Amino acid sequence: MSIVIVGAGQAGLQIAESLRRGAYEGRLVLIGDESFPPYQRPPLSKKYLADQMADERLYFRPLEQLEKQQIEFRPQTRVTALDREAREVVLASGERLPYEGLALTTGTRVRPLPVPGADHPAVCYLRGLDDARRLRERLPAAARVLVVGGGFIGLEVAATARAAGKQVTVVEALDRLMARAVAPVVSDHFASLHRARGVEFRFGVGLASITAQADGSFTASLADGSSIQADLLVAGIGVLPNQELAAAAGLECRSGIVVDEYARTSDPRIVAAGDCTWHINRRFAAAHRLESVQNAVDQGKIAAASLLGQSVPYQDLPWFWSDQYDVKLQMVGLSQDHDAALVRGETASGAFSVFYFKTGALVGVDSINRPAEHMLARKLMQTGAVVPPEAAADPAFDLKTCLPPA
Amino acid sequence: MPKITYIDVDGKAFETNVASGLSLMEGAINAGVPGVLAICGGSCACSTCHAYIDDAWTTVVGGPNDIEDATLDLANERKPSSRLTCQVQITDAMDGLIVHVAKND
Ligand SMILES: Cc1cc2nc3c(=O)[nH]c(=O)nc-3n(C[C@H](O)[C@H](O)[C@H](O)COP(=O)(O)OP(=O)(O)OC[C@H]3O[C@@H](n4cnc5c(N)ncnc54)[C@H](O)[C@@H]3O)c2cc1C
Ligand code: FES
Repeated sequence: MSIVIVGAGQAGLQIAESLRRGAYEGRLVLIGDESFPPYQRPPLSKKYLADQMADERLYFRPLEQLEKQQIEFRPQTRVTALDREAREVVLASGERLPYEGLALTTGTRVRPLPVPGADHPAVCYLRGLDDARRLRERLPAAARVLVVGGGFIGLEVAATARAAGKQVTVVEALDRLMARAVAPVVSDHFASLHRARGVEFRFGVGLASITAQADGSFTASLADGSSIQADLLVAGIGVLPNQELAAAAGLECRSGIVVDEYARTSDPRIVAAGDCTWHINRRFAAAHRLESVQNAVDQGKIAAASLLGQSVPYQDLPWFWSDQYDVKLQMVGLSQDHDAALVRGETASGAFSVFYFKTGALVGVDSINRPAEHMLARKLMQTGAVVPPEAAADPAFDLKTCLPPA
Repeated sequence: MPKITYIDVDGKAFETNVASGLSLMEGAINAGVPGVLAICGGSCACSTCHAYIDDAWTTVVGGPNDIEDATLDLANERKPSSRLTCQVQITDAMDGLIVHVAKND
């Protein structure tokens, strides 16, 4: 028996370790095209960038722990094709590895800036440790930092750069921050927070081009004809799922590799998990793609179960966090299609939550500097507690009383 | 380097030296202690690095701050000696510390 995992990130490692914990004793190969052992990405835009944190502290496990579990880890190895008929994965070297079970955990890659001049050396992205190293090296010499994209990663980088005393401008094509993920009240709160710390924003305008200056800096021209001079540009305009391998092998793909609620692709021998999947979670009516630690880990466990011949449906509750300055944004559920967003607490106090409802049912909660409320919200949603909207909006109402009796 | 002893849920002891400044969670990961999952990587967001500080050591190690206290509420079988190991920074005073890993999943 042999199981091969393509992509040595959080989901890939999770599958490998879940297989061993599930008493799988056959050959287990974990292939990754990066040169590091599997590592955590969240600190790359936070602690790693801010402090001189050693690379090793990002690794999920020291290498010998992988060996101990008899996980054959193959770094710097790229899979170039899947031969489903022969049941082999093809490596860039031409080598072929046979499999009985295959897991695709290929994650995503950054969306490149689609403008002239984007190949300027001052342009940085942030997805991998290589990117983070490069950014961390360049940051000290840059006085002016331009962040393109007001999503989580852009804002975390903006906060870190500002804390390091840089002049920071954020350009966001939409009219508010983190627009895909949070309600306007949360976007506005974070915009004020960043402004109070000295970050400048340009909303509703896109980047048009980048022109090199003789001193190594650049001029960024915006779509409205204005321009910004800066020394470093960090682009965080979204990601693209790494699904080409799957697609070329004839597996169904949409905005991600399509999997069912058991993390199985359209080939029963092949599972997929993490950022690269277009998946079903029993909690939600529609399929979607999620980029989060929670999804990589929980869906990884489901995929491992499927490889072991069990059928465990994916129904875990999504959660996510983002740290900007000393402010913690914690999210639970999926609030995208809510029809009501109710604030609990005072936004001016800097600590509040937003409860999202859809046709009267609680679908998500964002908490800003309210860790206890976030944890309670997780319990409420986990237990399927009924939370009346007016109770959520009333800070005097004790939401614990909505929990089902223990 | 302070010596730390981790005891897993099956009672197996893992003795290891951990550099001051690292977290109790990092010490466990480096030593391959089973059950310290730490899926959020020390961001105090998941509670899967939950452990109990041995009774003799609770004063030296101290208690959780507000964020950790809230996150601990998600952990299985919370006790007064519960800590999230990612939030405990190892100091020289912890030489000899004994930690009991909780049931994390
Ligand atoms: C800067 C940053 C900050 C983040 N912050 C947070 C946060 O605060 N909270 C949160 O929940 N999530 C956060 N995330 C998201 C989280 O890190 C991801 O959701 C998670 O890493 C997904 O894991 P994965 O295994 O699916 O993909 P990845 O970790 O991307 O792993 C995929 C791996 O597969 C490799 N690969 C791809 N194709 C091939 C191939 N053909 N052959 C071999 N190898 C291949 C890739 O190089 C990569 O190493 C953040 C992400 C980034 C980049
Ligand atoms: S590692 Fe997630 S809370 Fe400690």
